Amino acid sequence: MKIAVIIPCYNEEECVADVFNEISSIKIPNCYIEPVFINDCSKDNTLALLKSYNAKVLDLSVNLGIGGAVQTGFKYALLHNFDIAIQLDGDGQHPSDQIVNLIAPIMDNEVDVVIGSRFIEKEGFQSSFARRLGINYFKFLNKFLVKKTITDNTSGFRAINNKALKEVCNYYPDEYPEPEAVILFSLNNLRIKEIPVVMRERIGGQSSISSFKSIYYMVKVSLAIIFIYLRLKLNGKRSTL
Amino acid sequence: MENVVPYKIQIISILGALAFMFFIFRLITKGKLREEYAIVWIVCTLILIVFSVWRSGLDVIAKLLGVYYAPALVFLAAIFAIIIFLVHLSVVNSKQQRQIKDLTQDIALLKDKLDSKKND
Repeated sequence: MKIAVIIPCYNEEECVADVFNEISSIKIPNCYIEPVFINDCSKDNTLALLKSYNAKVLDLSVNLGIGGAVQTGFKYALLHNFDIAIQLDGDGQHPSDQIVNLIAPIMDNEVDVVIGSRFIEKEGFQSSFARRLGINYFKFLNKFLVKKTITDNTSGFRAINNKALKEVCNYYPDEYPEPEAVILFSLNNLRIKEIPVVMRERIGGQSSISSFKSIYYMVKVSLAIIFIYLRLKLNGKRSTL
Repeated sequence: MENVVPYKIQIISILGALAFMFFIFRLITKGKLREEYAIVWIVCTLILIVFSVWRSGLDVIAKLLGVYYAPALVFLAAIFAIIIFLVHLSVVNSKQQRQIKDLTQDIALLKDKLDSKKND
């Protein structure tokens, strides 16, 4: 099995080395694991650093934001016939040692999408109170729309199989894609499962969501969720902007 | 002398509309404006010219639509046209944003292909 670990990076020079080493050291029998870094126009040394490790880097000429960067990785994975694509943040928040658990349900062909959730066993870094409030809001919004409870809609630690890969290459949100992608997966009848993971507090870099932007984030993502729901419901499955 | 003032404004508005049309044509011939966007502007200018020449036209149409104060119709029509055109520009903008994203992703994938060819 070929597994791509997609790591979007924007000014992450402090932690890409750790992330690269951690992923390179993972050994799963009968599996080829390739870390794929996407350099989203970093202004620091991220690109040079990654090239010096001989890591696979997809270098974007224009800053696309997290969604566009991750989708580049998805397109790479689909192009090179990977069976599973894992999404992992470049800031070291996501525990790469739990990749084995993350892909297990896909390898057993139990589900198409696996989301690593902080809130099933409530261990590790739990985010701030305000963030958790937002995450709960998305939990109820998504539950209302697709009748499925996802405890951690904002988690970017995910694994998807080839079937889901085709959908995300066709359409993936640009900004703050995670909660919207859950709706996308559900309405395309992909099977989703959450597994408990323990996340760390970020080692370096900065969150893509600062406190000033949080209101914009909530409004934008809510609109995006409602519109993608309507678009998929009204137009059938195929969706391009 | 009574007719001097209305004629004055009529001549100014006709000249203004013609100058605007000339400006649009120059932008198109210089390749700075695509024809698809120019259509809207040419149609707007034609409407301006029609109403500059046909002075009582505004009153006739206002009466037809039951608008009591004719100049209000001008503002209504202008604001409506501007809003429609702004929405159109947002649509164009969204489309271009998607195209830029697709191009950027393709370039990144091609760069990677080129690199792996070099290393072979």
